[in-house]
Amino acid sequence: MSQTNFLARLGKQARERLTGLGLFTRFFFMLLQRSSIVFKRPRLVSQQVHFIGNFSLLIIIVSGLFVGFVLGLQGYYTLNRYGSEEALGLLVALSLTRELGPVITALLFAGRAGTSLTAEIGLMKAGEQLAAMEVMAVDPIRRVFVPRFWGGVIAMPVLAAVFSMVGIIGGWVVGVLLIGIDTGAFWSQMQNGVDVYNDVLNGVIKSIIFGVAVTLIALYEGWQARPTPEGVARATTRTVVTGSLAVLGLDFLLTALMFSN
Amino acid sequence: MSNEKTDWWVGLFILLGAIALSFLALRAGNLSSFSFAPTYALSAKFDNIGGLKVRAPVKSAGVVVGRVASISLDEKTFQAVVTVQIEKNYRFPKDSSAKILTSGLLGEQYIGLEAGGDDANLVAGGTLQFTQSAIVLESLISQFLYSSAEKQGTPQGTESAPAPKSPKLSQ
Amino acid sequence: MLRLEGVSLGYGDFTVLREISLEVLPGQVVAMMGGSGSGKTTLLRAATGQLVARQGTITLFGQNLAHADRPLLQSLRQRMGVLFQQGALFTDLNVFENVAFPLREHLSLSAAQLTERVLEKLNAVGLRAAAHLKVSEISGGMARRVALARAVVLEPELVLYDEPFAGLDPISLGITARLIRSLSDRLGCASVVITHDIAESFAIADHVYLVGQGELKAHGTPATLGASTDPYVQQFLHGHADGPVAFDYPVTPAFEAWLARTGTQA
Repeated sequence: MSQTNFLARLGKQARERLTGLGLFTRFFFMLLQRSSIVFKRPRLVSQQVHFIGNFSLLIIIVSGLFVGFVLGLQGYYTLNRYGSEEALGLLVALSLTRELGPVITALLFAGRAGTSLTAEIGLMKAGEQLAAMEVMAVDPIRRVFVPRFWGGVIAMPVLAAVFSMVGIIGGWVVGVLLIGIDTGAFWSQMQNGVDVYNDVLNGVIKSIIFGVAVTLIALYEGWQARPTPEGVARATTRTVVTGSLAVLGLDFLLTALMFSN
Repeated sequence: MSNEKTDWWVGLFILLGAIALSFLALRAGNLSSFSFAPTYALSAKFDNIGGLKVRAPVKSAGVVVGRVASISLDEKTFQAVVTVQIEKNYRFPKDSSAKILTSGLLGEQYIGLEAGGDDANLVAGGTLQFTQSAIVLESLISQFLYSSAEKQGTPQGTESAPAPKSPKLSQ
Repeated sequence: MLRLEGVSLGYGDFTVLREISLEVLPGQVVAMMGGSGSGKTTLLRAATGQLVARQGTITLFGQNLAHADRPLLQSLRQRMGVLFQQGALFTDLNVFENVAFPLREHLSLSAAQLTERVLEKLNAVGLRAAAHLKVSEISGGMARRVALARAVVLEPELVLYDEPFAGLDPISLGITARLIRSLSDRLGCASVVITHDIAESFAIADHVYLVGQGELKAHGTPATLGASTDPYVQQFLHGHADGPVAFDYPVTPAFEAWLARTGTQA
């Protein structure tokens, strides 16, 4: 008896997940379809770039610096064993541009910007602001969601590039200034080994895709949140968890696609 | 936050992003070594290109003079056909040779051009006649094993062989 | 303006209202009354086209809402204003921007025209000098008045008020009731006030509809309703504790099962 109940519940959960996935996809296409407001009222988008991007700059820069420091240290310890410490610049730059830059930025983004987006929209929902807009014949998707979506998609690659740049500088500070590796070797090995198309550009593409994924998840969770304090709290948690998992999963896929021969 | 202030901050944000991207592309990456100089195409056939990739450098005397543009297989001779783009201000004699070399012991592979002695130069669309394929590690190892097996197989033959020769030479 | 004929409304399996018929004429102030959970907000949602009727027809400005496509619905909504229970002001904008919102979205006015119109409407609700304040800096009663200004800034033909008197102090109550009546007279629009406050609504309404237990219990002028002998109307108007709306929550099998479980443990 309990076994059929268990199966029934499992089936119900699977069905709900699938319906949720379908709704999520429909939400994505709705956002794309109504994106013409980006051109009609670009001020809305630039305001969101400000809220999402500028307010995340501090955490991105500080994190990038520290990640660069650690890469410099750990990289040196490992490379020193094989007498290849002059390749530190190459190690730091490749790690950052290919992987750590886009991924860590996306994870931080999900935590900082993603949760604030979800909470903001959840609270707007709770305060009936979205319903008020609908009744005033203003499409809330167009007015509220689309600018935030494009704001996030624009902000993310910028943040990832800044993270990588600051990280490389951090690695240089530790490797050259503190440990004493030759600065010429640091930069020249890096320049010889880091390819603009394969490494930098792929990293940028990754960060754009992560931006789409995390912003979309954050907006979706806000849109679907129950308009109560508990509902908003749950939605923000889901944003961070789902967003982070999505970033890591996509990273694996993209790395396999981009960096295999 | 007034509109002008927001615009200013967003502008700063985007500028920061552009700076970061240029930094990555130029200082960290190899964009600065790209030259936008005009190039001409040459082709060469190899028995084995090993790990040569498109956009690998073509060097002469260690200086980068061009890049590998495309790699394909000739289905009649079953040789690899490599097309390279050489900068127009570098001209090579018709009997120049192309070798596939490795930078460092286990590094990336590139094409090394050695100039020949011919008076006439290669023109666009020309073919490098003399090529040397990449050194494949497995063939090297099997050669080594084969030659050491030979040495061990006929110990007396190899020792006696040089001996009669040297008296002849001294005479 | 607005007409419902034999309309049934519900969510999912649950039917909230059955076979409601009512009419709102231009220039009228109509009060929609009933106990909590009697479906008044559901009626509001149906009138704005947010909820589709299960049965019957809803006619707004002469258009059948069931057959209205999105562009038509949008144009109809621009001719009406809605005041939400909590005000539903946009928290990221200040008072002026909140009232200016519909103007910015739907009309292209010059900056001067826009400012003049917004301040005029804020003046009508007595908050002209509060235009610079942020939403977090104004009291609940003031927020309600700002929301009222926003609801009428496009000079609509129909205004819906969702519980405008809920939780207000006596002074604000009087102000709000008078504002609703005067705006209705001045703009010549129809007003539908959803409330359960008897004294204030009876003072300003031309016609009253009483909803309860999922159906329309009574309707008429305030005087007619006051004189009605219907037990439900009597209980509602005089606030009797028990009557057609029972005081005790009905016993269910679920409760009996729960009592049996906890009874043995206690």
